[in-house]
Amino acid sequence: MINSALLGGPDPGLGVETAASHLARLGPLPQVDTHLIDVLDRSGLRGRGGASYPVGSKWRSIAGSRRSPVVLANGAEGEPLSGKDRLLMQSRPHLVIDGAFLAASALRAREIVFYIGESHVAAGDAIRRALAERADAPAPARLVSAPPRYVAGEESAAVHSVNDAIALPQTTPPRPYQRGVGGRPTLVQNVETLAQVGLIARHGDAWFRGTGPDGAGGTALVTVSAGASWGRVLEVPRGARVAEVVAAVGRPTDGVAAVLLGGFFGSWVGAAEAWGLRLDSVALRGAGRSLGCGVVGLLGADECGVRVTAEIAAFLGEQSAQQCGPCVFGLRAIAEALGRISACRSQPHELARLRTWATEVRGRGACHHPDGAAGLVLSALDVFEEEFARHTQQRGCAWPPPPQGSTRWTS
Amino acid sequence: MSSQALWFATRAAGAVSLLLLTAVVVMGQLARLRVQSAGWPRFLTVDLHRNLALLSLVFLAIHIVTAVVDPFTSLGVAPVVLPFGSSYRRFWLGLGTVAFELIVALIATSLLRARVGFRVWRAIHWLAYAAWPIAVVHGLGTGTDSTSAWMLGVTGVCVAAVAVVTLWRLLSAPLDPLRNVRRFAAQRHRVSGS
Amino acid sequence: MSLQFDRIRCDGHGLCAELLPEMIRLDDWGYPILEPGPVPGELLDHARQAVAKCPVLALRLLVARPQP
Repeated sequence: MINSALLGGPDPGLGVETAASHLARLGPLPQVDTHLIDVLDRSGLRGRGGASYPVGSKWRSIAGSRRSPVVLANGAEGEPLSGKDRLLMQSRPHLVIDGAFLAASALRAREIVFYIGESHVAAGDAIRRALAERADAPAPARLVSAPPRYVAGEESAAVHSVNDAIALPQTTPPRPYQRGVGGRPTLVQNVETLAQVGLIARHGDAWFRGTGPDGAGGTALVTVSAGASWGRVLEVPRGARVAEVVAAVGRPTDGVAAVLLGGFFGSWVGAAEAWGLRLDSVALRGAGRSLGCGVVGLLGADECGVRVTAEIAAFLGEQSAQQCGPCVFGLRAIAEALGRISACRSQPHELARLRTWATEVRGRGACHHPDGAAGLVLSALDVFEEEFARHTQQRGCAWPPPPQGSTRWTS
Repeated sequence: MSSQALWFATRAAGAVSLLLLTAVVVMGQLARLRVQSAGWPRFLTVDLHRNLALLSLVFLAIHIVTAVVDPFTSLGVAPVVLPFGSSYRRFWLGLGTVAFELIVALIATSLLRARVGFRVWRAIHWLAYAAWPIAVVHGLGTGTDSTSAWMLGVTGVCVAAVAVVTLWRLLSAPLDPLRNVRRFAAQRHRVSGS
Repeated sequence: MSLQFDRIRCDGHGLCAELLPEMIRLDDWGYPILEPGPVPGELLDHARQAVAKCPVLALRLLVARPQP
């Protein structure tokens, strides 16, 4: 059931697909102009960076601008559990570059920037070498490194990095599509989304919607992970069920207590409810969930959801850009409270305070980092209600404590 | 009006201006120190800072007009805006002109703060730390009664007030809760190779 | 007209909450929590005061505009 559109061709684990193989498999890059935006509208393609914003609309908001725009291919991938962007860049760099070139042509951009996480060395090398092989760039292209920080991939932080070499989110408005790199309207688009554009421009919007002649429809890359130490990226058809995806990577479903859907920016779902969920951003949003960057994190039956949530909350607090009071102090208070609860040393009314802080911090940062942390914590309070009660009222945990200072999910 | 009366008005208005400007400086420091109590909300400090500054302009106007009009000084209008352009007590009067122009700049940019923008407004507001001492020195240097008891007394009270509140501010930890945190975090978010 | 503020520039002075308590309250650390929605007509003058008195000009009063 695994579809191979993005990752079709040679085994991605073997490294870079050469330009020759890429061209032989997919054909030449079509010449495009603004009509590509109509195609993207009809295709229904949504961004794969986490916000799932309709791509056609996003491009259209930039196409009409007076100043010539900039295309920023976002391969920062600051979410630790996600591996799809770096896999795509290091094995299919030409497809990612195709998408960026198509965007630059359709939007008449004056510059293309590939923003790649500095720790994703193979990905950066692959893109750099592939760019050197290309003679068809519609605009000058360059690479900029993203520091290995969680917020570095946020769109205003990406722009800030390119402009001033500092990956901190900035106050919006104006948002990048209005004023970004060099003060110009900037398209900040995830590299997987751009790769999808590279396919849609060749095969058409009908193919993407699932009515193409060979039956292949829209696909998505997801990372199934069990903590920070194990993860596998696979390409799945839109709407695949979580249970199918977990089975496809060979993980037994009965060993899973809960699923972290969307990464640290997402939310916990109880296993029973999770298996039937369809991995489609629109469907999930209707169910009050989010696909985010496509992470499906599996909490083992031998792990305590409270402890893992406390570990992730501490990480998110430390990863804050530290620019806004509510994020700095709110996330710190949340992490400290969760730490006490996790260690069975909670104070009276700690759960109620936790819920208040998480609810209050939402929407009060310059970026959505506090919102992500709040969503994670609030979902944990629901999904792990029993465990939280045990930790606070009985001051005990159903599982043996992990080794001191273990960071199974965030290292 | 007799020259004597004008001279008296100039000195009196000047002294009141100095007291008001001192109060403005003190309010400014109290605002930075974020002082408040049940009976003294934060906006009271800010409002007094603003209103006393505007009031000081009134007394400065009296101070300047009576000095210009006084036949004894034979000042033209020019020294009001051109520092060190008078023949009467050139240096000390010139200081007064400088202080006056700084104060006008401070008040004008503050009234137009939204239009001027926060960064420009804040940069110009640093000039307050120059305007007040220059006004004090001008008061001590100009005028024939500069060493009289009451003038020294007024000046002493003003200097003491500003000294106390400035010392308080220097000894207090920065009250922006994020100051140190922000700088450290910015370092960690630098793009490598930059 | 609705209230917006620059969350990075805000230093938690808290004058806005003193001047417009109907729409702004402070969290446990002195940072503002704004009531969403437009400013009612009778509070517009107070809102303008709050905007003018913010020591760092972080608060703004804007004509509400839909954002993509």
